[in-house]
Amino acid sequence: MPAMNMIQALNSALDVMMAKDPNVLAYGEDAGYFGGVFRVTDGLQKKYGLTRAFDSPISEGGIIATAIGMGVYGLRPVVEVQFADYIYPGYDQIVSEASKIRYRSAGEFFVPITIRTPYGGGIFGGQTHSQSPESLFTHIAGIKTVIPSNPYDAKGLLISAIEDDDPVVFFEPKRIYNGPFSGHHDQPVLPWAKHPASDVPEGHYTVPLGKAAVVRPGNDLTVLAYGTMVHVSLAAAAESGIDAEVIDLRTLVPVDIDTIVESVKKTGRCVIVHEAPRTSGYGAELCALVQENCFWHLEAPIARVTGFDTPYPHAFEWHYFPGPKRVGEAMKRTMETR
Amino acid sequence: MKNRIPLSLRVPEPKCRPGDKPDFSALKLPEAGSVPRPEISAHARELLEYPFTLIRVLDAKGRAVGPWNPKLEPETLRRGLKHMLLVRVYDDRMYRAQRQGKTSFYMKSTGEEAVAIAAAYALERDDMCFPSYRQQGLLIARGYPLIDMMNQVYSNVKDPVKGRQLPIMYSSKEYNFFTISGNLGTQFPQAVGWAMASAYKGDDRIAASWIGDGTTAEGDFHYAMTFASVYRAPVILNVVNNQWAISCFQGIAGGNEATFASKAIGYGLPGLRVDGNDFLAVYAATQWAAARARANFGATMIELYTYRAEAHSTSDDPSRYRPADEAKAWPLGDPVERLKQHLIAIGEWSEEQHQAALAEAQEQVRAANKEAEAVGVLGQGNIPSVKTMFEDVYKDMPWHLRRQRQETGV
Repeated sequence: MPAMNMIQALNSALDVMMAKDPNVLAYGEDAGYFGGVFRVTDGLQKKYGLTRAFDSPISEGGIIATAIGMGVYGLRPVVEVQFADYIYPGYDQIVSEASKIRYRSAGEFFVPITIRTPYGGGIFGGQTHSQSPESLFTHIAGIKTVIPSNPYDAKGLLISAIEDDDPVVFFEPKRIYNGPFSGHHDQPVLPWAKHPASDVPEGHYTVPLGKAAVVRPGNDLTVLAYGTMVHVSLAAAAESGIDAEVIDLRTLVPVDIDTIVESVKKTGRCVIVHEAPRTSGYGAELCALVQENCFWHLEAPIARVTGFDTPYPHAFEWHYFPGPKRVGEAMKRTMETR
Repeated sequence: MKNRIPLSLRVPEPKCRPGDKPDFSALKLPEAGSVPRPEISAHARELLEYPFTLIRVLDAKGRAVGPWNPKLEPETLRRGLKHMLLVRVYDDRMYRAQRQGKTSFYMKSTGEEAVAIAAAYALERDDMCFPSYRQQGLLIARGYPLIDMMNQVYSNVKDPVKGRQLPIMYSSKEYNFFTISGNLGTQFPQAVGWAMASAYKGDDRIAASWIGDGTTAEGDFHYAMTFASVYRAPVILNVVNNQWAISCFQGIAGGNEATFASKAIGYGLPGLRVDGNDFLAVYAATQWAAARARANFGATMIELYTYRAEAHSTSDDPSRYRPADEAKAWPLGDPVERLKQHLIAIGEWSEEQHQAALAEAQEQVRAANKEAEAVGVLGQGNIPSVKTMFEDVYKDMPWHLRRQRQETGV
């Protein structure tokens, strides 16, 4: 199998689906001829023609609204919002429309669309190229929210998202497009080629939505993470010497409650990690779920390691970013509670 | 020293408020029949004058005149008139039902019946409609059962959308009528997307959408116009200028500075401005735009110039912000009366026939309503099973919804 980085894996997912299903098409700002600012749609226009992979106006509302109309018609558009920070002009179309059309039409109309968007920090993108707005979507009934953490999952999850009959918001952790990032910004980043998850089959396969992965089995405590934070958490576990069980959620809604509960019941301790600000972040939901489902098994308070409740700051990137040091400290604190 | 004067903020105001005598003297209405009809292949650049005139076919005497006369068969006209009557009678009955406490909410389309009925006549049955909340006439013209509309309004156990939507937010895939949203304007760019899909697939169906004058101020209007133009989408984008956005006159949306139709110019789209109370003019303009779209010449924006003769909804009282008798003073009259006058003028209709048609519509509505009320009205408890509340959020119910359903004990 070829070693793919996450960009190549996502590109391969689009390629596979466009070859398989003539109803799949891809568009977005710079996503046509140029192939996207992160190159995820590279080569698709050349291979599939102008009407299947094309540039759109700078209009996230228009991109998402037209995708909804196409979905209602029966197509499966995969649209790119260039940065998650730009998704808000299209938010009404996601929250008021895509998510509710199946319900309000009693199942007659539905919207099988995928909205891809790079998210997250660690790239010195400042407040408009670093945000993690996933909780603004996990709160909305009727959409699914997916975040891969490696090339293999990225491809399999994107194919699942495209084949899914419900609207999916697919967040791509852009910090790890080219290699898994431990959070040690002062150390060189390994390319994906050195990571086993870069073994990506060329053809069609799926990673199911709604299923988490235990990426590091352990007995001391459970870490719930997704996207870039999976790799930061793995680094923190390795460096702290704590035998953490690291769970990569992969899908935030619907979340894999069984895997979470099984792990926390085993370890009795839980640390939740995300880049997004803390207040009303997705970690709050995870915290509530763990408390509701595992309360009598908990031996320590559930800890959250998150971004701060500030806009994403430029010069303070590494103060804001929840790196392995902060994650490790939270793990130690959680272990110290008796 | 710079010569600087204090700036002043202008807030537009309508000419007349409650207590004033309605005054439409400033309206410049071109003669019926005076606007030429261009080729459907004309480039938008050749059509720059259309947004500033008014396409009219029926003149003051009820004659159909000029190049836009669609020359419909008398039987088609009679059917159109009967459909408009049916919408009006249906609206009256449902309005009364709300006042009787049988439902929570209703919206009439009185005075705007031609906008929906004539458009439905000019479109093909399988063209996809993305309506706003005041085009119930589309459903009625396509023969959607009144009883199903009433069941929706009553949110009863036979409500096609299972009691999930505010009354009048109909939906019917079978009738190519997209589920109505209460978030204004969202359907405009969706219709463009649907039309792009139809073009992408080499289909021959087109899309049409409707918003109001007020909603042109939403970003969705701009998205729709931009995408429709850029991708030459086969879509008709209708702006129903009924002069009022709840209590705000059309000047608050910018209508005093430029006509709504003229917004099309900046997008390189044709903008037709049409007498919305003239069945024949609405039909003709829609037919032109549909033929243009079908021939791959792209989208048309149509401003339907009309007047919202009654309240915005059952929650609104227009006498608090506009002269109570303004609708009667509307210089373009009433669409039902005008088509009736035309049919009588050409010897194809009579007052007796009209009264008989009205009685027939009333009887049809009465019978359907009796049946719908027997199924149930809002508040009586004859609603769909509560467990259906949790269905259709997703195609397959995820664990958390199943658990919430179990927690409610249903």
